[in-house]
Amino acid sequence: MVIALTPVDLVTAVALMLTSAGLSLFLSLGFHKGMVWASIRMVVELLLLGSLLRLVFRQDSAALTVLIFLAMLTAAAHEVGARQPRRLQGGWRHLINGAAVSMSTIFVSAFALVTVLGADNWLEPAHAIPIGGIILGTAMNSASIALNALLSNIGNERDAIEAQLALGGSRFSALSPLMRRAVNAGIIPVMNQMVGAGIITMPGIMSGQILAGQDPLNAATYQVFLMLLLAASGTASAIFAVYFTVFRLSDERHRLRLDRLEDERRPKG
Amino acid sequence: MTKPSLKGSFPPTSTVDAMEFELAAHSCLVLTGPSGVGKTTLLRKIADLDPHDGVISLGPIKQGDLPAPEWRRRVMYVASNSGWWAGRVRDHFSVDDNTLVLIDAFAVGRDKLDASPSHLSTGERQRMALVRALSLQPDFLLLDEPTSALDHETALKVKAVLADRKRSGCGLLVVTHDSAQAERLSDGMLRMRAR
Repeated sequence: MVIALTPVDLVTAVALMLTSAGLSLFLSLGFHKGMVWASIRMVVELLLLGSLLRLVFRQDSAALTVLIFLAMLTAAAHEVGARQPRRLQGGWRHLINGAAVSMSTIFVSAFALVTVLGADNWLEPAHAIPIGGIILGTAMNSASIALNALLSNIGNERDAIEAQLALGGSRFSALSPLMRRAVNAGIIPVMNQMVGAGIITMPGIMSGQILAGQDPLNAATYQVFLMLLLAASGTASAIFAVYFTVFRLSDERHRLRLDRLEDERRPKG
Repeated sequence: MTKPSLKGSFPPTSTVDAMEFELAAHSCLVLTGPSGVGKTTLLRKIADLDPHDGVISLGPIKQGDLPAPEWRRRVMYVASNSGWWAGRVRDHFSVDDNTLVLIDAFAVGRDKLDASPSHLSTGERQRMALVRALSLQPDFLLLDEPTSALDHETALKVKAVLADRKRSGCGLLVVTHDSAQAERLSDGMLRMRAR
């Protein structure tokens, strides 16, 4: 049985959110504006997405699917760079972040879709877009967290890194502890997701499928399949983003090139 | 066989005059100039840690001819703020008879070897960083304020070791504000002039 929500149900949920916002106002916690704004954004975006997808599914065109995918990749690449404490200057940042999320997402999504849907109709939008979206979301998260760890520490550890270089170390040996920590930080979300799945939370895909009337064991199998792919895409994009950023933050003479970072600025949002 | 000397020439920039130097093995030059003129930056360029448009060579070998790590093992820069990356001081260099002799000569306690670098005083870290560099036996040492955090007595001990290294062939290029130190060690001055 699939339950379609009525406008009345949604209004009730809105009331619940407004209660939380009211609590913030009452206790002067200061997040009410942010919460209301985030909710409005979420409502508008999701309703637009729903309508857009309905349209796209009717068209059932591979070209349109690819176009939407490209738009999603561009947005994700931008988001990876948006929340860094310091970041690479313009062109290189977009290139590296874009390549990190795209390569991992495209590779893993293609694998998932060809496996699930078969080679003939793997660009069928009703599967390709949601699966690609989940994988892209994980790739974006992992790259973003890994780069955050790299870029917020590389400035503080400058003396230690340059001491190793001055003593005759190569750029990769001098930077490898930092790179290791950054990649590990990037993988934490997928690790947590796998460890937490089952006992602690019922993961999103599985809940969604059960709500939509799937058999729970089928839903679990589907979730297992996806989660393993998510681990792969998170790992690939974290490694890619960290290695290529380090490549750009050093040069062939094994120098640390922090001059290639934009000036220090306040982290955004 | 005579040891090669370290030569460099830098074109003028918007803030600093053109300059040239030749540093022979067995000798010490003191680099002077108004503060902010770029003495640290010059040392970093000679160690190839900063990009530059000067020409630097070690005997017949140009800086760019050697892989950068090898160049830096021969022409070694010791920063005024020493950097540390491992848990204990002893993880940063090989502790053998030679380094133990140096540690004793610098009057740092041997027990500091097992301490975390962050638990050492600035002066102790400065001397340990010097031990670390000397243990690799570079041909030339580029020292940025090597005794800035040391009292007079201890600074003398460090100078004695550096003088000893100079006798055995190491060339020294030193940035220092301590003119007494300059006199004891130096065979010449290298002046940077602001434009």
